Amino acid sequence: MANLKELATRPELLSGGHRLCAGCGAGIIARQVMMAAADKPVVVTNATGCLEVSTTIYPFSAWKTSWFHSAFENAAASCSGIEAAYKALKRTGKVDKDIRFIAFGGDGGTYDIGLQSLSGAMERRHRMLYVCYNNEAYMNTGIQRSSSTPLGAYTTTAPNGKVKKGKEQVRKNLTEILVAHNIPYVAQTAIGYWNDLITKVQKALDTAGPTFINVIQPCRLGWGYSPEDTVTLGRLAVETCLWPVYEVVNGKYKINVKPKEKKPIIEYLKLQSRFKHLFKPENESVITEIQRNIDEHWAWLHLMEEDTNK
Amino acid sequence: MSDKKNLKAKTGNEAMAEAMRQINPDVVAAYPITPATEIVQIFSQFVADGLVATEFVAVESEHSALSACIGASAAGARAMTGTSSQGLALMYEMMYIAAGLRLPIVMAEVNRALSAPINIHGDQSDTMCARDSGFLQIYCENSQEAYDSMIQAVRICEHPEVLLPATVSTDGFIISHCLEAIEMLKDEQVKEFVGTYKPKHWLLDVDHPFTLGAIDLQDYYFEHKRQEIEAMRKATKVVKEIGQEFGRKFGRSYDMLETYKLEDAEAAIVVLGSTAGTVKVVIDEMRKQGKKVGLLKLRVFRPFPFEDIREALKNIKIVGVMDRHDGYNAYVPPVCSEVRSCLYELDKRPKIASYVYGLGGRDITLEMITGIYNELLSGKISAEVKYSGVRE
Repeated sequence: MANLKELATRPELLSGGHRLCAGCGAGIIARQVMMAAADKPVVVTNATGCLEVSTTIYPFSAWKTSWFHSAFENAAASCSGIEAAYKALKRTGKVDKDIRFIAFGGDGGTYDIGLQSLSGAMERRHRMLYVCYNNEAYMNTGIQRSSSTPLGAYTTTAPNGKVKKGKEQVRKNLTEILVAHNIPYVAQTAIGYWNDLITKVQKALDTAGPTFINVIQPCRLGWGYSPEDTVTLGRLAVETCLWPVYEVVNGKYKINVKPKEKKPIIEYLKLQSRFKHLFKPENESVITEIQRNIDEHWAWLHLMEEDTNK
Repeated sequence: MSDKKNLKAKTGNEAMAEAMRQINPDVVAAYPITPATEIVQIFSQFVADGLVATEFVAVESEHSALSACIGASAAGARAMTGTSSQGLALMYEMMYIAAGLRLPIVMAEVNRALSAPINIHGDQSDTMCARDSGFLQIYCENSQEAYDSMIQAVRICEHPEVLLPATVSTDGFIISHCLEAIEMLKDEQVKEFVGTYKPKHWLLDVDHPFTLGAIDLQDYYFEHKRQEIEAMRKATKVVKEIGQEFGRKFGRSYDMLETYKLEDAEAAIVVLGSTAGTVKVVIDEMRKQGKKVGLLKLRVFRPFPFEDIREALKNIKIVGVMDRHDGYNAYVPPVCSEVRSCLYELDKRPKIASYVYGLGGRDITLEMITGIYNELLSGKISAEVKYSGVRE
């Protein structure tokens, strides 16, 4: 747990002046993660993506800690190598500090092209925190569909048109795939829940093993909304129960945020131009399906929480 | 020179694994693939038996193997890996990155044909496709060279004027699985020779944080690539220096290339890898019959030893270049193309004939090589590439 006053005194390991879009959620996530991580020296690995290209345009860097990038699909494998080097050099005495390792990847680099590398790193039990800043499409290359893109959303490679209603498939549940790796800590959170994010990052970094946090990240360009609404949309994703804020600690589920009143998904969808076409009368069934999926998943999550805490 | 020869029977793979044990790198990340599997298998046993201090990462793919090595090397560790064929193909993306980030990773590589059709035997199509990656390429004639070259490669790659990765290759099965007597150095001799890796910037030096792998656009990319090009140019001198130092210390000197009975030869073959050994046998036989034939064995293909090749071939009338890969340019394969290109500068140039042989591990026999020499000596060569040992 943190409070804002205390947080404001922490060193900023991701400085301002980077070139992310106005209202970009990735910058908010990275900044808060790094604030949470500032207690110990930390080495960051970044998959190719918005966060990487916008924070390290040579000869500039927004990172005040050691930062590494090599390719798109391998942030977890790269971080594995760095962590292995740490173990080796600690044994030989070349490194004497207690260092933590964080990998950042977007949903493209995590759900899709980097899934194998992530799975391998988690299975091998490297001590690292992998943070997915999940904006639900390939935003860096211009809003192409990923396996995290939700049902019905417009993307440039699954657009709506005369015969199509946007993405025709539901997204895969990566958080649960990570839970299935039996790693000690898996969590989901959202923009707008800074205290939850910081608490989770600190928990993850204190865990002696692989940890994963999936953060839903509104993208003003790809989702189509005004830059000032990023936090509002992050909150709405949680208040509609579309993106539950929960954690799985050694297999035990805990829903961290239980909205008093579950808002209808329409309130979330209507603010984003990527779902605009769903409001045509002929596409209503898609919204109904989205709502049904949310309700089922929310109920399932409660069962999991109940089951694993018996 | 060691006082007493420490001869051991080792396959190429065992020799490379033994070299890795003695180098004792900080990190090894690897994935199995025929015919290189044994290297990581044997090395894993060294780890399990506590014979090395290495952190071994049994990754889930070759792409991750090289990615992890790149991460480890950037972090400040001496990192090594091993692979072959499809595994190397899966690494291509990361090979360019290892070189571009100037990380001195040494890779034990076993040459194997690329799919399709799938084939597990030796040809050099895998490393030839990586010839523009920025890796140094050392091709070994036998297990002894493989062992010695692995040890030298660490020093060459980590030299401050080089800072590039390297592949040290043996021909699949022909060397990787062939038992030979090799002279091994003592563990402490290797330890002393390779020294410790002291990078200038490393990620785990958290008191001096730095950004590695930044996006590098029109205003800087070219300068960084130019530096990489220059490093490869400077590597020639370093390969020679380290090869000589190795010779002074242990009695076996190495250079960019090796010649065999070439000085007075009328016809020469240029080849790399294990076939050089077969060619030497043919040369000895043909010399007994008074035929003046010689060999230029390219040990190092990257950097390309153009000056040494010119010097070695300037007085030869006719040269046959043997490639164990065809570059699919519908013209001439890569080794021949580059040898011919570098000889263009000479006022008096040898005639060049191109031969592609041994694809997918097809045997290259003494008779076939004798046939090539006889063809060269007859002077009746054509501009067309000849495919030795194939059913047309």
